[in-house]
Amino acid sequence: MVVRALKDEGVKYIYGYPGGSLLHVYDALFQQEDVQHVLVRHEQAATHMADAYARATGKAGVALVTSGPGATNAITGIATAFTDSIPMVVITGQVMSHLIGEDAFQETDMLGISRPVVKHNFSVQRPEDIPTIVRKAFHIAESGRPGPVVIDIPKDMTTPTERYPYEYPKQVKMRSYTPITRGHSGQIKKATDLLLNAKRPVIYTGGGVILGGASDELTELSRLLNFPVTNTLMGLGGFPGTDRQFIGMLGMHGSYEANMAMHHADLILAVGARFDDRVTNATDKFCPTAKIIHIDIDPASISKTVQADIPIVGPAKVVLEEMIQLVKGSKKQPDADALSAWWQQIDEWRQRHGGRYRTDDSELMKPQQVIEMLSKVTNGDAFVTSDVGQHQMFAAQYYKFNKPNRWINSGGLGTMGFGLPAAMGVKMNFPDADVACVTGEGSIQMNIQELSTCKQYDLPVKILCLNNQSLGMVRQWQDMNYESRHSQSYMKSLPDFIKLVEAYGHVGMKVDKYADLEGAMREAFALKDRLVFMDIAVDPFEHVYPMQVPRGSMRDMWLSKTERT
Amino acid sequence: MRHIISVLMENEPGALSRVVGLFSQRNFNIESLTVAPTEDATLSRLTVTTIGNDRVVEQITKQLNKLIDVVKVVDLSEGEHIEREVMMIKLKASGQMRAEIKRTCDIFRGQIIDVTPTTYTVQLVGASDKLDAFINALGSASIMEVVRSGVCGIARGEKVLSL
Ligand SMILES: Cc1cc2nc3c(=O)[nH]c(=O)nc-3n(C[C@H](O)[C@H](O)[C@H](O)COP(=O)(O)OP(=O)(O)OC[C@H]3O[C@@H](n4cnc5c(N)ncnc54)[C@H](O)[C@@H]3O)c2cc1C
Ligand SMILES: Cc1ncc(C[n+]2csc(CCOP(=O)(O)OP(=O)(O)O)c2C)c(N)n1
Ligand SMILES: [Mg+2]
Repeated sequence: MVVRALKDEGVKYIYGYPGGSLLHVYDALFQQEDVQHVLVRHEQAATHMADAYARATGKAGVALVTSGPGATNAITGIATAFTDSIPMVVITGQVMSHLIGEDAFQETDMLGISRPVVKHNFSVQRPEDIPTIVRKAFHIAESGRPGPVVIDIPKDMTTPTERYPYEYPKQVKMRSYTPITRGHSGQIKKATDLLLNAKRPVIYTGGGVILGGASDELTELSRLLNFPVTNTLMGLGGFPGTDRQFIGMLGMHGSYEANMAMHHADLILAVGARFDDRVTNATDKFCPTAKIIHIDIDPASISKTVQADIPIVGPAKVVLEEMIQLVKGSKKQPDADALSAWWQQIDEWRQRHGGRYRTDDSELMKPQQVIEMLSKVTNGDAFVTSDVGQHQMFAAQYYKFNKPNRWINSGGLGTMGFGLPAAMGVKMNFPDADVACVTGEGSIQMNIQELSTCKQYDLPVKILCLNNQSLGMVRQWQDMNYESRHSQSYMKSLPDFIKLVEAYGHVGMKVDKYADLEGAMREAFALKDRLVFMDIAVDPFEHVYPMQVPRGSMRDMWLSKTERT
Repeated sequence: MRHIISVLMENEPGALSRVVGLFSQRNFNIESLTVAPTEDATLSRLTVTTIGNDRVVEQITKQLNKLIDVVKVVDLSEGEHIEREVMMIKLKASGQMRAEIKRTCDIFRGQIIDVTPTTYTVQLVGASDKLDAFINALGSASIMEVVRSGVCGIARGEKVLSL
């Protein structure tokens, strides 16, 4: 029944790892061909693969893991999806129902353990409920503010010798769950009036634009208004990265011009962004002169950390579409004089400090150069997944994402080990696309066993390991806040990555000089059917800048090791 | 400020733990909590009293509403409402104290529901502050055991919390 329900849901791939409680389900998988199972090497990777599929397509990914250790191994991946609002359905095996609560072999209370990191979870109590529960799980995962849903299935609910009536519901109705479908027209009208009167506006958008498929509407509205646009780490690609109106990412490692513009703005239009602490810096000093319009599908995201002046609860796509119509139909035009002065100011900020890093002070390659090269070699069109650390920030700052759903990283949880399985999940579903995983020598070792899965399923992703021989992000904080006491932030005994990937049956390339970088990278991407691991030696002392000064306002930033605003 | 929040939710296993978990996970405080099925067996009603500023309470109601099992949420303290709590209190009662306790009990409209030669057990129903006042009036010396039900509340007038 489980497999049939997945098939009826239209699921092509599921990612998982078998075990005792799931043997009935695995046997059913064996006897059909519609739902293809991908065997990972660690359950965490299964969840990240499912998650990345969802990030790239907007549809819920599916993972299947056994009870006990299988389920607990999946928790990090579930939490990763939860904090970034990613739709995912995770099916966990459970011990026989009569054994629950008896500390049975491989029993864990998966409902209890997962509860704080799921949108919802189900325990199957009667086999005949399986089709409805599966449908409900997908419905909940994908609608409203998306999120992961766990279905815990005791082994005796899948006994193959017992037969039950099966009907897959097309739709499910739940009286306690009715996601909102449009915004309040009065509020949208009020907001549009403010937009048309703004003198120093900024459009600040986040993951909600990607999740809600609202990039086209965002782009159209921004162009109509000629307002500057900044994206959160999760919102990159929501607005074209090479557009003149794009002023970069904002926040802790946001661009100088984006953070300055936010601080001096008189109006902020926030769309599908949740005013995260990595964005706002100290909330009491946040954007002192701005009125805030906040569009979000989840009322709980509005006025959670920063009070909104005009809250609009609704899906970004629908609300923005309504705003576009209002702007087009309005007699009033945006204030051209004010905007031209505002753009002049922003361009001046841009010139002063925008996108700058030093290349002169050492022989070593700069990590930023590697990302810029990647952007060049792939024309800004690749799917780029990332791990967590300095390399992630450089990728966010220097890769120019022109399309949504192409930048795939763990923002809210910051899960090291995400990058490689994520790249695999994307490649599996977009076999013809270029998929690059930007990682560090620290992060890659958190799920490096998946190189084996890549071999089994022929997943020729390109891994760019920015090897700075240290847990660079940690080291940066130690440099800045702990007088360079590098407690446990370097790694001795790094493996010979080239030999390692070769042992797994892949291609390794070592790059030490900038002069060799372009050639090597082009060669790597030309090897269409091989996984290539590029071990790229970069400056171990480099820091990510700008970096906001703790407890300051948006405009308080370090711009290099020696300059501060 | 103290708020009384009433929640109507699916009468399903796990629903209560979601609500309680939410409070601890998000660092919201719980003063008291009561829960029982309603006349519609598929629904339970839960009442929680909590203390927090407007911003916190707004987050509490929003987050409660997000729980899939939760059907409706109201903050009763936003309007006119009635709150009640039941308390049973066991007291040392011998000699002269017996009459004294009986008098206090009458003043508070309590009922003596169990008697032994040395103890009284008193039942008192009312708003929480009335129960507090009764405890204070008795003084700790005579109190042997206190059990309180936690607060239930209902809106005044025609307003109802239902599907
Ligand atoms: C090392 C490190 C450094 C970081 N530095 C930065 C930084 O400098 N800058 C930065 O921005 N982030 C940074 N982050 C990421 C940060 O932690 C947060 O993950 C991120 O800022 C949240 O992005 P968001 O506000 O877009 O919200 P998301 O987490 O993407 O949330 C999406 C929001 O959109 C809403 N939504 C969902 N669907 C819809 C829809 N259809 N319509 C409308 N709304 C919808 C949701 O309810 C939610 O409120 C960093 C992370 C790490 C690991
Ligand atoms: C699972 C996990 N553990 C610890 C951390 C804390 N952390 C954040 S960045 C980082 C260093 C990452 O090192 P590396 O992958 O080499 O990237 P770099 O910063 O050097 O580019 C650490 C340890 C984390 N984010 N995730
Ligand atoms: Mg490193």
